[in-house]
Amino acid sequence: MSNSKKILIDPLHINNPITLQVLGICSALAVTTKLEIAFVMAGALTFVMTSSNVIISLLRNKIPPSIRIITQLAVIASLVIIADQVLAAFVYQASKQLSVFVGLIITNCIVMGRAEAFAMANPPGPSAIDGLGNSLGYSLILIVVAFFRELFGSGNIMGFEIMPTVNNGGWYNPNGIMVLSPGAFFIIGFIIWIQRWISPSMQEETN
Amino acid sequence: MVEYINLFLKAAFVENMALAFFLGMCSFLAVSKKVETAVGLGLAVIFVLGITTPINQLIYDKLLKDGALEWAGFPEADLSFLGLIAYISVIAAMVQIVEMAIDKFSPSLYASLGVFLPLIAVNCAILGSSLFMVQREYTLAESIPFALGSGFGFFIAMVALAAIRERLKYSQVPSPLRGLGITFITTGLMALGFQIFGGISL
Repeated sequence: MSNSKKILIDPLHINNPITLQVLGICSALAVTTKLEIAFVMAGALTFVMTSSNVIISLLRNKIPPSIRIITQLAVIASLVIIADQVLAAFVYQASKQLSVFVGLIITNCIVMGRAEAFAMANPPGPSAIDGLGNSLGYSLILIVVAFFRELFGSGNIMGFEIMPTVNNGGWYNPNGIMVLSPGAFFIIGFIIWIQRWISPSMQEETN
Repeated sequence: MVEYINLFLKAAFVENMALAFFLGMCSFLAVSKKVETAVGLGLAVIFVLGITTPINQLIYDKLLKDGALEWAGFPEADLSFLGLIAYISVIAAMVQIVEMAIDKFSPSLYASLGVFLPLIAVNCAILGSSLFMVQREYTLAESIPFALGSGFGFFIAMVALAAIRERLKYSQVPSPLRGLGITFITTGLMALGFQIFGGISL
């Protein structure tokens, strides 16, 4: 039991997919301008990743090694199409704002990376936990980044006004850079800094 | 003609794949440790993008779009939901073909690109470019300069970052920031620099 707990908890901090494994950064940066969008993206990824890990783990003894990449891509692409269609049907606004990034879950290296590194070698149970744990680690970073970007970029959280902006007669002058791409890079850089300062074992060797 | 040049410049600088849309970040960060390898991957990306985006444009326009199957007698068919799986298959197949062709005709280029070619199949800049092409409804003629411009933008961004990282080796970076952390902050500063192109209207 402690083993599955470790599989679930490790990706949250010590072995975080974004800040340590350097996987799935594209979408983590692109969809984090608003907290709400980040939640939708996190949900879609959790669905795709947990199911793809289970399916690939069930098929692991039947996939010939030479065509495993394309098989994994086919499984992931089908799941992403389901997620994309569901989002477009039920949360159209959010799906519009995510634009191409739902489709890009296919090439999100977290999904491929975990399928290749974990699901191909483990039974469905632990694979599901691994998929869930890594999605949670990804979601955690996504939500933290989106929180700061929305708060400082537009003074809102989930669309509610926290710091009234100058344009609406308040006092807060929105920091435009947070909404643009550099803000995302800086915030992830700082998260990595703080994480590695707390846990020195994550630091990289000097060359 | 001018509009195609504008499209190229816009895709390369104003809407830089890596720095403005964060696409292809994984390989962008992983391969930018040395200028030499960054040049190799960058060239491979330009090449594969230049081939796959026009092909996907044709597939979308002639097979998948709402009403596109009229020539086959299915005027009501709308297969656009199959887009994702069609594009990724084209990309994976193209990467494989390109790899075999380079291996056959130029073994020296193959040796220098070798490792990076298969990686390109899962580079989100490639799939992203096809998806943007569909979303913005580019024609076949427009998709070529767009794809080449995106590839070129990715190339210069990655080579520039690799050059900076080579110099960074000599600086005293605080130990928790070493490696990935400082790379993110550097990339952020580069993205800030690229923002100046945003004011150019083409």
